[in-house]
Parts: sequence; C-alpha cells; structure tokens
Amino acid sequence: MDIPLSYNLRNLVARRTTTIMTALGIALTVAVLLSIFALVEGLNSALASTGHPLNVMVMRKGSTAELNSTVTQETFQIVKVKPGIAKNAKGEPAASLEVVTVIVLESPELPSGINITLRGLTADGFAMRGSDIKIIEGRMFTPGRREVVVGQGIANRYPMARLGKTLTFGKGQWEVVGVMDAGRSAANSELFCDLFQLSSDQNRETTLSSALLRATDEVSMQALMNNLANDRQLNVDAVTERSYYASQTSAAAPVQALGIFVSIIMAVGSSFAAMNTMYAAVARRSAEIGTLRVLGFSKVGILISFFLESLLLSLLGGLLGCLLVLPLNNLQTGMGSFVTFSEITFNFRVTPAIMAAGIAFALVMGAIGGLFPAASAARKEILTALRQA
Amino acid sequence: MVQHLPLIFKNSLRNKRRTILTLFSIAASLCLLGLLMAIYYSFYFSEATKEQSLRLITRNKVSLANPLPLSYLPKIRQVPGVQEAMVFQWFGGTYKDTSPENFFGRFAIEPDRLFTVYPEYRLSAEERKAFQSERVACIVGVKTATRHNMKIGDRITLVGDIFPVKLELVVRGIYASDADNENMFFHYAYLNESMPVGRRDSVGTFGIRMDKPESVNGIVQGIDDQFRNSPQQTKTETEKAFQLSFLAFLGNVKAFLIAICAAVTFTILLVTGNTMAMSVRERVKEVGVLKTLGYTPGIILSLLVGESMVISLVGGLMGLGLAALLCTVLRNMPSTFADMSGIGIVPPIFAIGMAVSLVIGFISSLIPAYGASRRPILEALRVND
Repeated sequence: MDIPLSYNLRNLVARRTTTIMTALGIALTVAVLLSIFALVEGLNSALASTGHPLNVMVMRKGSTAELNSTVTQETFQIVKVKPGIAKNAKGEPAASLEVVTVIVLESPELPSGINITLRGLTADGFAMRGSDIKIIEGRMFTPGRREVVVGQGIANRYPMARLGKTLTFGKGQWEVVGVMDAGRSAANSELFCDLFQLSSDQNRETTLSSALLRATDEVSMQALMNNLANDRQLNVDAVTERSYYASQTSAAAPVQALGIFVSIIMAVGSSFAAMNTMYAAVARRSAEIGTLRVLGFSKVGILISFFLESLLLSLLGGLLGCLLVLPLNNLQTGMGSFVTFSEITFNFRVTPAIMAAGIAFALVMGAIGGLFPAASAARKEILTALRQA
Repeated sequence: MVQHLPLIFKNSLRNKRRTILTLFSIAASLCLLGLLMAIYYSFYFSEATKEQSLRLITRNKVSLANPLPLSYLPKIRQVPGVQEAMVFQWFGGTYKDTSPENFFGRFAIEPDRLFTVYPEYRLSAEERKAFQSERVACIVGVKTATRHNMKIGDRITLVGDIFPVKLELVVRGIYASDADNENMFFHYAYLNESMPVGRRDSVGTFGIRMDKPESVNGIVQGIDDQFRNSPQQTKTETEKAFQLSFLAFLGNVKAFLIAICAAVTFTILLVTGNTMAMSVRERVKEVGVLKTLGYTPGIILSLLVGESMVISLVGGLMGLGLAALLCTVLRNMPSTFADMSGIGIVPPIFAIGMAVSLVIGFISSLIPAYGASRRPILEALRVND
C-alpha cells in the first residue's frame, strides 16, 4: 500500500520556511536557465520567420553574408532572365538588386552605438518581402531622395532613428519618413532606403551587394539555384532566403553556452541544498518513519514517499522559476550577429515548451537531491527509528 | 573569541554530512560567482596595459563596414602627438574552412610600422627582417602557430570573404607577446595589389601610437575634426573602447552578468540560511546546557554565527580555487569574440569573493542564532528535538 501524497504535502506545509527557501533556490536556478532559453528562442523565432519560402538570395561565390558580397549590374541583368523566376504585377521578372551596408546607431542603453543593417532596394524589392511588411507610420521612401523607412524594432530602441529624425551617412542627411511593421522578421531590425540613392552615395552604382529572386514554385526554385551556382561566368551562389536567415542562429551560441554552463553549476549547488533539506526532513521524522513501518508500510513505500516529497519540493521550485521568467516574455532586446555584422532585434519568448523544460530541469534537481535521503529513510530499522526522538 | 575557535570547528563537524553538502553547495555557487566576476572585471575594469593605453584606432564614423581612403594616413600622421600610424586592416577570410577551430584574427598591416605601433610583439631580428622584406610573408602568434602546427616556411592560403582575393602567404616569423598571441599579420601592400583596381587604397581602420597617454583627447579631436567636413568622417577611440564595442555586440553583456551574479548570490544566501536554521534548531537543547555552564547569550551568538562564517569561508575558498582553475581553461581557449587572456581570480575578485562568503555566513545565521541565544535556559532544556 502506498503512503498517500497528502502526507508529503502536509509535511512540506508544516516546514514551510525550509520548503520555501529550498524551492526558491531551485526557482532561481530554473529562472536563469529559462531566461537564456527564452532569449535564444526569441532570436531563433525571429530568424525562422524571415524570408518568403520561394525567395532565393544570390551572392558572390564565397560570401557568407550580404555585407561582403558583390553583385554587379551586369550579373544581375543575366540572373534575372534565368528560367524559373516568377513574374511580378507589372509582368517583369520578380527580381530585386540590393545594396547592403551597416551604419552605427546609438541608444541611451549603448552610447557607443551598434551596427544596424541598412538596405537599399526598389519598390519591387519591398513588395517581394511579402504582405507581412506594412508601413504603420509615415510613408514609403521616395526613389531618388535621401529618405529611410525603419523597422519597428529600430524605432522602438533607437530614439535617434524615430520618425522625423535625420541620420547622417553616405553623402548627406537622410530623413526617417516611415516606420514598418515586419512582424518578427529580420526587417524589423533593418533600415530600408532607395537602392539608387544609397549606391550612388556609396560610390558603388555598378557593384551592389546581392539579388533577391522569387521562384515560380519549389521545383523550379531548386533548378534555378543549381543553374545559378553552375554558371561559371556569373561566379555566384544561390541559397533560399529562409536558409540564409536560419543559418544565423549561431549568433546566440556563445550566450547559450554560457547560460547552460551557469545553470548546470547552479543546479549542482541547488541539488546539494535540496539534499540537505531532505536529510533534515528524514532526521526529524525518524519517529514518524518508525511508526509508518509499524503500521505496515513497506521500505519501498517509504523510499517512494520521501522521493516524491523531494520531487514535490522541486516541482514547486520549477513552477516558481517559471513565474519568475514570465515577465521577460515579449521584452524587446537585440543581439549582434557576426554573420551580418549587425544587430537583430527580437523579443524574449517564454513558450510552454521552455517552461516544461524548466520544470523538467527542476525535477532532475529534486530527484538527485531526494534519492539518497529517501534511501536512508527506507533503510532505518524500526526500533532505532522509533527510539530516535 | 579566539579561544572558542576549537569549539566552533568541533561544532561544524558535528553533522558532517550536512556540513559537507553545505560546503559543496557554497563552493559551486562561489565558483560561479568568482568566474562571472572575473569575466566582468577583465572586460570592464581591467586597466589597459601600458602599450594599450598608448594606442588609438580610427575608423569610419558610419560603421566599420565603410572604409576610409588610404590618403587619410599621412594626414593622421601629422596630427601633433601621433608618434606613428599605420594601416590596420581586418582581413577575415577563411583558413582551411569556416569551422570555429580554424578562426583567428588576420590583419593586413604595414610591416615597417607594426613594431612601433605594437612594441609588445617580440620577434627575433632575423625573423623580423625576413617578414619585412618579403611581400607575401606573414607572422603568426605563438598560440595560433602551436594550435595549427604552423612552422616557419609553411605556406598558407587565405580565401577572402570581405575581399574578393585569395592570398598565398609564407610564414616568416612566430611572435610572442604579453597580450594576444593569436593573430596573423601580413603585408597590406600585397592585399592592396591583389584587389580589383576600383577597390584599392581603402582601409577599414588605422592603428595609431601616441607619444604619451595624456595626448589622447588632443589627438582624437585633431583627427576627427580634420575629417569632419569630408565625405568620410572618422571616429577615433582608444583601443580598449574599440574592443569593448565588439563585446556590446553580444547583447547587453553587462546586465546579463550582473543579473546572474545577483541570482547566484541570493541562492547561496537561501542555501546557507536554510542550513544554519536547521542546524541551530537541532541544538537548542545544547544551547541550554551551554547557558547552565555560564556561557552568556553574546558568546553563544558568536559561536553560532562564527560556525556559519567558518563553513561559508571554507566553501568560498574551495569555490574560488575551482574558479581559478576554470579561468585557466578560459584563458587557453581561442578568443573568437572577446579577449579572454586577462581573465583570472585577481586579488580584488578574490577579496570580493571572500567578503561575499563572510557576509553570507553572517547574515544567514544571524536570525536563527539570535533566537537560540535568547531562549530562557529552562525552555531550551525542555525542547525535544
């Protein structure tokens, strides 16, 4: 017969100070792990939601990022008539030649400034980003003028790049004329401006950065990419826009590694603490254990009971930990990527899967901390147990 | 107090298992705390080395991705206070493949000026001469040379990513220094010639050596004001500030480290507080006995608090020792995004770590110990626990 769980629950309540202190220790450990997970999840989800499934990105062979790629006007003229490219509303090939650079924006948080991607493109290129991008404030930039449209994430985090402000780069002053809502995608952390104005300001009218193509369907997309990569005269590589952004998730790797390392060491400390608490519980309840045995509960029953109590304790810690990280959800932050050499803005995301992982982590701590004390409780001889009081 | 030390030690060993578990728990937390503080310290507090404090970096104000014209160099060199200035061009590129193990810093520089701007780089006279006189020569830091098994005379191919070139280099020297030992340097002239005509003569950063650290403001103004009305404006900053701007790239590292340190400290406080409360509760009866023997509440209080402080001090020492070991591991890791060579449990970090242990030992035991020491003798003796 099993010892009822309510026995353990009542015990935890009876020793509430110890219970709360141990659970809080576990909760903080869980919270540290979960906040890192939420950060990585936010970044990954921003990168995973960037790119139209049929968009293909063309860069110079050997380039890992748009920033260090070069695609000339000449190359682009050949690329855009390749088979498999969809037609846009005007009946022309859906292809966009773009120039990408980075500029430094300063914020009160980071007075020394950080690199932000600046993209020169045409209205056609803007349309190829899909219907997810909308101008929510102000208007679109006018071709031939020094005007920029900024992602919402940029407008939120960098006061110097809000609507109506001017930025100095290239050969003059650029006015911020619009703010775009790009959902969670990377465009949220970019500045868009006119292709020709930017390339002329940068003295690179003929040598631009990359080209974006829209394929008609998935089969022809693969054929198009092979065709481009195998055309030796062009010297370009083609990847899907989705995979280009997905590959940037490595940006979070250092923070993730540090976070996991920190959590594991904290977990070691918390497991020892839980073990201490459980040993004390066993010692104090020696007489109770003896009584339970006299009443006919088996050794295994006692083992399970104390083990469950430890799990309950850590479960409480896990739940508290989840509560602690919940305020982080949707908090906006940014992280630099060494691939694009610029910052991407994203929101922390505390998903149910992450919370489940946190609770599992807590239970592991509870299991490690509870096993030995539970075993020692089960091993107690009835008579000695009864006498220890 | 001193005469009670043996009693304190004896007491702390009375429940060995609990003491050991508590020690490990504190040690794990303090190891972490020490390590994080060491990282924080080396990033934000460590003083620039003597050579470092004499160096400035000039880049394009818009961003590092926008180059500056090479023609700026003679003008920078004429600014009063500038002892020497040279091209300091990040090359990037790939060596063998793009895996992180094959990553190290590669710079195109001016070999005739490198050793004036970076006097800390030690290289034998022959190696230096061989490096300076051959256009395709390069030198590598001893750490990188060991890691990749590079020897003098080895041929190395670098494929550019920022620069559309493929460079064939020959190792002509292996340098050592007190700071980094991981970079590769080669002739800027070679890179420049290899570039397409339209993209030559542009430079990402200039490295500058000042005559004395006090000249810094004058030089920064002198350079940046000079180019204020040029199409390419400059931003000049100390080498340390320049390096920190890369760290900012990883996100808000400062807040991140502080938040974790706070969480860890609070966790230790909970753990030790809990343990001390348990251990005091267990010996209320004993306190009664001590009181009948004539111990005053003050001495009893200091006995209990002292015990907690001894435990947390020992745990702290263990933790910081472990942290020092981990710092050695970090120092030997290839530094991909931040310079880790300065990380260590330096005296200030050690002092803070010890202080944290002591304070935690003190605070965590104060409330239960105070309660126990105030218990009337009869009541204490009657407690059955």
